[in-house]
Amino acid sequence: MMPLNYYLILSAVVFAIGVVGVLIRRNLIVVLMSIELMLNAVNLTFIAFSRYLGSMVGQVAVFFVMAVAAAEAVVGLAIIISVFRQRQSLDPQDMQILKW
Amino acid sequence: MDLSTLIFFLLAGLLVISSLLVVFLRDVVHCALALVAALLIIAIFFVSLHAPMVGILQIMVYAGAVMVLFLFVIMFLNPTVLERPRALWWSAAGILALLLGGLLVPLFFNHEPPGDPVASTELFGSPEMLAKSLFGDFVLPFEIASVLLLVAIVGAVVLGKRERSAP
Amino acid sequence: MVTSNLTTADYDLLRWIPLIPLLVAAFNLFWGRALGRKAAGVLACAALGASFALAFFAFWQLPSNGMFRDLIYTWIDSGSFKVNLAFQVDALTAVMLLIITGIGFLIHIYSLGYMDHDEDSIRFFVYLNLFVFFMLTLVMGDNLLLLFVGWEGVGLCSYLLVGFWYRDPSNAIAGNKAFIVNRVGDWGFLLGIFLLVTELARQGVWTLDFVELQKHTSMLSPQVIGLITLLLFIGATGKSAQIPLFVWLPDAMAGPTPVSALIHAATMVTAGVYMTARLHFLFSLAPATLSLIAWIGAATAFFAATIALTQNDIKKVLAYSTVSQLGYMFLAVGLGAFGAAIFHVFTHAFFKACLFLGSGSVIHAMDGEQDMRKMGGLKAHMPTTYWTYLIATLAIAGAPLTAGFFSKDLILWQAFSHGAMALWAIGVITAGMTAFYMFRQVFMVFHGECRADAHAQAHLHESPAVMTLPLIVLAIGSIFSGWLGAPEYLWGSRWDVWLSAIFAQPEAHHDSATAEIVVTLLTLGVVAIGIYLAYLKYGRASERSAQQDQSDGLFYRLSLDKYYVDEIYDLIFVRPFTAVSRFFAEIIDPWVIDGTVNGVAALTRGFSQVWRGVQTGNVQHYAMGLLVGTLALLAYYLSQS
Repeated sequence: MMPLNYYLILSAVVFAIGVVGVLIRRNLIVVLMSIELMLNAVNLTFIAFSRYLGSMVGQVAVFFVMAVAAAEAVVGLAIIISVFRQRQSLDPQDMQILKW
Repeated sequence: MDLSTLIFFLLAGLLVISSLLVVFLRDVVHCALALVAALLIIAIFFVSLHAPMVGILQIMVYAGAVMVLFLFVIMFLNPTVLERPRALWWSAAGILALLLGGLLVPLFFNHEPPGDPVASTELFGSPEMLAKSLFGDFVLPFEIASVLLLVAIVGAVVLGKRERSAP
Repeated sequence: MVTSNLTTADYDLLRWIPLIPLLVAAFNLFWGRALGRKAAGVLACAALGASFALAFFAFWQLPSNGMFRDLIYTWIDSGSFKVNLAFQVDALTAVMLLIITGIGFLIHIYSLGYMDHDEDSIRFFVYLNLFVFFMLTLVMGDNLLLLFVGWEGVGLCSYLLVGFWYRDPSNAIAGNKAFIVNRVGDWGFLLGIFLLVTELARQGVWTLDFVELQKHTSMLSPQVIGLITLLLFIGATGKSAQIPLFVWLPDAMAGPTPVSALIHAATMVTAGVYMTARLHFLFSLAPATLSLIAWIGAATAFFAATIALTQNDIKKVLAYSTVSQLGYMFLAVGLGAFGAAIFHVFTHAFFKACLFLGSGSVIHAMDGEQDMRKMGGLKAHMPTTYWTYLIATLAIAGAPLTAGFFSKDLILWQAFSHGAMALWAIGVITAGMTAFYMFRQVFMVFHGECRADAHAQAHLHESPAVMTLPLIVLAIGSIFSGWLGAPEYLWGSRWDVWLSAIFAQPEAHHDSATAEIVVTLLTLGVVAIGIYLAYLKYGRASERSAQQDQSDGLFYRLSLDKYYVDEIYDLIFVRPFTAVSRFFAEIIDPWVIDGTVNGVAALTRGFSQVWRGVQTGNVQHYAMGLLVGTLALLAYYLSQS
């Protein structure tokens, strides 16, 4: 449909926005959501290439990425719950014990 | 500009706006909703790119299950923290992200685009094709992924358990 | 060029000659205590007895132009360079073997009596047997490297035995001195070996076997040979106590007297002479070195004799006497008269060992006293010791028909007939001095009134048979061992015949019998003067009260204080060396070396302090880091394409 590059650029933009989210936000849940955003940008790239090269491998990759992302979100949220129970906070800056 | 191009740019714009909303909205629930929107738009892209099966999966699994999980946790924890903007850090992050995007773009343009997409059959992107690849070439990663999911479940249950107070 | 035309034969028994003492030493080391002191000592003596029996057996079967070989295994096999652990016995080695095992055996028996009261006597016999093993390896080795192994080994045993009574620090220091001064000589020796190997290798020959060396050394240039022989001789001056490295021998008297007899009279100190004789073909090609050797030998003989004139310690006199006699041996070597040198080694072993053991007998009777000024009149109390001592003294002085007469006169005749008049004159004067100081010793110790205090006098007794029997045997040897090398005008020399196959050209120019007799009579005259002067000063009753040499003359002080050689060495060598050492130990080591090492550690710590700050604990900071890294990689990748 559109030239491949358009999809790739779109994907890059969304990815960059996700990176900003990971770095900036002081709420762990939003950080996790930004990570999901990044993963989806990558999925978009995979599917675009799959279409343009005519290969199913890209879609299979996306399949796996989704599975892993789901697992990761699950475990990540469980960790966030655990940490919240300890510190009553979701701010990354309140979790700086493991330092020099 | 024809219809498909227009729709593309429209959807692309919406996607970018949703992403920005995810990152910059105050309320966590609003962020989650923006994320759902973004996921749905991406699913539309998937379908338009001849990957209907994956698109459906995106909606069911990602926008459906995962985001619901997120919302559950948000409601469970009910965080009410207000964040102060930090000028130095935010500008640094912003610049670097721009750089990232800026670097990625020429990267993409460095290589000749493949031009017209390869002609594909009706079956491309269908469940049959996906299944053929998945259970053919990638059966081992498939099995490992299922083990991974099992492990994730176990891990989540263990991590999420409330500490029992001493009797 | 001296070629070797010896017939060789394999003889497997050879290895047992050094091996038996080694095994017994090891046995006594571990199980001597269980055996008991007396039994361990007897076992050690038996080992020497067995070795002597084997050595004599081999000697008996050996033809004078023959050589026995015993290859044990290949020690070094590196490319073309091969060194074996192999023993060879030719006529020269046979002589040395008999001396080492025979006289060693007698000294071991003597030690049974001398060390009887010593708690540590087992250790003594272990060291003594070990020494014999190394000395035998030295003389029986078929290559220069094995000789050097023995060379080093005897140096080690000398250190161990000189410092035997180590609880007294001065004894330990004497042991150190012996080893360290030897080491200086060994440095020269090693350089000589290295030079020899590399220069021969340059010509395509890779060997250190004596038989091979004899074939090929003539292909080296004269300068190279001169340098090699000079370096090897430096080693000899260390081991055989010549100028300038003789200073350890007088101090080595701190060891028990049997040690002085065996090591510092009969065997170890003769190793240098043996080495030059073994390499005679090499030294013969270096006339300059030989000339140097002759002069150093003569100078040492003279110099040491002048010191011996005034010494008051009974063993010190004998020590300087040994240095002096070794000088005679090297004088002979320098004249090319290797057979004569070995002959003097042979006879000297008998009478010097007898003298040392006799002095040990005296010290034993005097309950440890070694100052001759406190002795006197011991003739009546210890007749056997006296008579054997007198015989040995006559031998060393060169009284007619004693062993020393034949060997020493042979050397002097060699000097005269080669036209080396200055050397001959020095040798004759030294012979006179030798007679003087030896008879001075005899008169001071055995004649006149006893100057010891009452307590010591009551203690005076003759030594037990285990100590006097070796004395008697050695005294007999002091007379008759020389009869093997008589000059032509008497009954001829069996000695020359025995060694002729090795040293090839006949050395003694015995053509002019008249000249030889005249020279001999001249020497005897000088010797008689020496004895008479000693009698005048020390032998007569009227002088006995003035036994203490009250003279404060310059020569007297110089002689008594051994010309301050030790003090000079201390100033020139020891002090600068210790200063440099102290500089390194106190400044370089803590500041530079430790400073560098600690500095590196401190630097690392400093760096890590700085970089630690990166670990803030904040996950988002780490994510930023990841991002920066990724950007860098991307930028690099883009710049490349």
